[in-house]
Amino acid sequence: MNINISINGKPHTINTQEDTPLLWVIRDIVGLTGTKFGCGVSQCGACSVLLDGKLTKSCSVPVSYALDKQVFTIEGSSKNLEILRQTWSENNVPQCGYCQSGQLIAATALLDTITNPTDQDIDKAMSGNICRCGTYTRIKKAIHQAVALKNKADE
Amino acid sequence: MSNIQKIDRRNFVKLFGLASGGIILGCTATTVEKKFKPAIDSDFFEPNLFVQIDTSGTVTLIASRSEMGQGIRTSLASAIADELEADWQYVKVKQATGHEKYGNQNTDGSRSVRTRLEPMRKMGAAAKMMLISAAAQKWKIAEKDCKAENHFIVNTLNNDKLFYGDLVALASELEVPNQTKIELKKVADFKYIGKTLKSVDLKEFTTGTATYGIDIRIPNMQFAAVARCPVAFGSVKSFKKNKAAQVSGVSQIIELQRLTPPIGKFFGMLGGVAVVANTTWAAFQGKLALDIDWNLGENVSFDTEKFKQTLTERVRKRGKLVPGGNGNVNSAFKQANQIVEATYHVPFLAHAPMEVPNATAWFQKDKIEVWAPVQDPQTARSELAHFFEIPIENITIHVTFLGGGFGRKSKSDFVVEAVAISKKINAPVQVVWTREDDIQHSFYHATSAQYLKGSLDKQGNVTGWLQRVGFPSIVSSFKPLSDYASGFELGQGFTKPIYQLPNFRLENVKAEANLRIGWLRSVVHIHSGFGNNSFVDELAYAAKKDPVQFHLDLLKKETNNVKLAPLQYNSNRMMDVLNQTAKMANWGKKLPKNHGLGVAIHYSFYSYVATIVEVSVIDKKVKLENVFTTIDCGLALNKDNIKNQLEGATMFGMSLAMHGKISTKDGAVEQHNFFDYQMARMQDAPNINIHIMDKMHEPPTGVGEPGVPVMAPAICNAIFNATGQRVRSLPLTDVGFL
Ligand code: FES
Ligand code: FES
Repeated sequence: MNINISINGKPHTINTQEDTPLLWVIRDIVGLTGTKFGCGVSQCGACSVLLDGKLTKSCSVPVSYALDKQVFTIEGSSKNLEILRQTWSENNVPQCGYCQSGQLIAATALLDTITNPTDQDIDKAMSGNICRCGTYTRIKKAIHQAVALKNKADE
Repeated sequence: MSNIQKIDRRNFVKLFGLASGGIILGCTATTVEKKFKPAIDSDFFEPNLFVQIDTSGTVTLIASRSEMGQGIRTSLASAIADELEADWQYVKVKQATGHEKYGNQNTDGSRSVRTRLEPMRKMGAAAKMMLISAAAQKWKIAEKDCKAENHFIVNTLNNDKLFYGDLVALASELEVPNQTKIELKKVADFKYIGKTLKSVDLKEFTTGTATYGIDIRIPNMQFAAVARCPVAFGSVKSFKKNKAAQVSGVSQIIELQRLTPPIGKFFGMLGGVAVVANTTWAAFQGKLALDIDWNLGENVSFDTEKFKQTLTERVRKRGKLVPGGNGNVNSAFKQANQIVEATYHVPFLAHAPMEVPNATAWFQKDKIEVWAPVQDPQTARSELAHFFEIPIENITIHVTFLGGGFGRKSKSDFVVEAVAISKKINAPVQVVWTREDDIQHSFYHATSAQYLKGSLDKQGNVTGWLQRVGFPSIVSSFKPLSDYASGFELGQGFTKPIYQLPNFRLENVKAEANLRIGWLRSVVHIHSGFGNNSFVDELAYAAKKDPVQFHLDLLKKETNNVKLAPLQYNSNRMMDVLNQTAKMANWGKKLPKNHGLGVAIHYSFYSYVATIVEVSVIDKKVKLENVFTTIDCGLALNKDNIKNQLEGATMFGMSLAMHGKISTKDGAVEQHNFFDYQMARMQDAPNINIHIMDKMHEPPTGVGEPGVPVMAPAICNAIFNATGQRVRSLPLTDVGFL
């Protein structure tokens, strides 16, 4: 069947089963490969996207769930994501880089919802994202720095 | 190393598809010292490292290693850029495809930096000299009145400047300076080497545009998933395809025969049933819908719990003597004031890189093209040539970014699968493993058992050390019936103890392999690091001595007048890293209730590492509070990258200590995915403090792996310090900790 979804503000009409997970529609049908596959069972966060602003593991929701919703992926751009990209780079966070799309999306969701996250807030917000290379301490630092940058810009 | 030479432009374009023009240099670097000069004429030149400077000023390094998160591309580029006096923003790295022209590309053993550094520097220096000559010609002044500075050649007489890009046309006409005339910079003048440098791939990594193997998309490509026998080396008896064929998007279902390589070579593939479809998801669904009757084969009785008992019994009895011991442990034991005995155990482990194994292949009559995240493209290439009977020069392997490797992606079974399927369906195909496939069909890090017996004299000095080890050998993956750990494996931390032991004996016991065995980040050092450091801690406790001091006493002081070869083990360096770590950790400080400190040291891949871990243990819940690690890795090429590697090793070592366990029942792996094969997460991450010793005059040594082996013993020793409970069998979650 034909399904209409919007990814990063762009409309797409897709011919697929409505129970196909959103992840595979994004990767294999639309062709945006920044969103990654890591586990397929909601355990690793590599597939994280925002659905109407809400952090979602795209491997575990059917594409039908995204009907009439805005899908935001790592290929998109938002104020918070850009700040995070900057502090991610400043802290040289990525190692293999594979999990970082998901980490950045999860961190964007955090910054979108909590103005001044504590360490505990970060632990909680990022607990769904595995980094096998172990870049956690840098991610935490980059998030704190992004918050500081943002607050400075807002002053 | 042979001379640096100019590369014919047409060849260069053919090899790399880069725009021609500018200076193109190449040189040959070998990872192994050649004992015999090949009998070829002196013009013979097979470069494997390349650098191009084009008219836009862009400096492109052709990297001959696979990128897998160890930042090698960046580190090697920094060496060229430094000697070239390049501006970092003009530096780019391109990955070489798998071809023997580019030298040994196998990324393992933390060797990359060690063997490539000097050739990289020399090429940078040679290019700089050519640019200087070109500028001198243009200005009609002497070369000595020119200097290179941040992508410009400066006329020191009048401060005129010429941009590199504007000089390359002229420079490319010049001869490459004679090898003997190439002068390298002094350590004090380094601008990038040993400094903090950003990865050259940051933009791609933070925008989702880095292309990993799984992201390859080529026209008319199909996706495939493979069902493999749950028991290692089992085969398909029969299967029904109707249900799978009905899955929307599934186009073909084909049987894959197991491919067994000739003894001593490659890895082959397991075989099974492949489902081909138009999306990854459809292929996964089709695979789940298959109804397969398996021939489970002889490994069906393999049960890791029983095997642990078997190995434990074997190490309690006498094993095969490993040559290289000294003294006589039995007489030491007879005269001992105290005897300490312990048996340690490490389970099987899987690498679980975030990017699952995958490969894209296109088999076309007489040639094969592959895009894959492989650590060892050349072995993959010979393997394909062997199995598919295609001349090796008609096989191209494009190495993509690797979403983690840790040793898994140096075995190219997943590449062989992709090619086999492409051949059968006559179309390009991408094979993607599910996470369950990855966990259940890995080349596992072997399980081990070790028995240690040590003796102490009245003063608490160690007088005897007997160590018996047993673990299935990696060699079994190349050569069936290899039932004992091999010499190269025992060489990783067992045969040559770093401690001064007046009486030392090592024995090897039988350990057959019933799973595919492979290497995993730091390999056998995981066993030796755990056994040695746990036992030293036990001995220190028995001797009523401070563990750090006890380690120091066991290390032999080198006197200054002993000349050591550059890569020879030097106890003083080990003592230095330990002292430094103890200082950082404030060893001996008063600890809060329920806290404990544990220490471990290990020498691997020519690097010296000491780690102190502070844990808190409350109601069996272990929390890593702080980790202090010092490394001496010789010349530290890119400090921030080394720190990042050691932070990563900390988490990797922590994951394996806390949760890492692959077990089998009736021959089949019991774990499935990250819910039952767990990884440390953000909330588990301790404060990590890394110190890198300033050893700019020593050759660079490994950084990707040496941080791993210390973690498990340091954590267990800290738990003992906090609770009095000794953990001798990993992982911690298996012995009641959380
Ligand atoms: S792939 Fe979706 S959470 Fe892992
Ligand atoms: S950077 Fe490699 S998995 Fe996170």
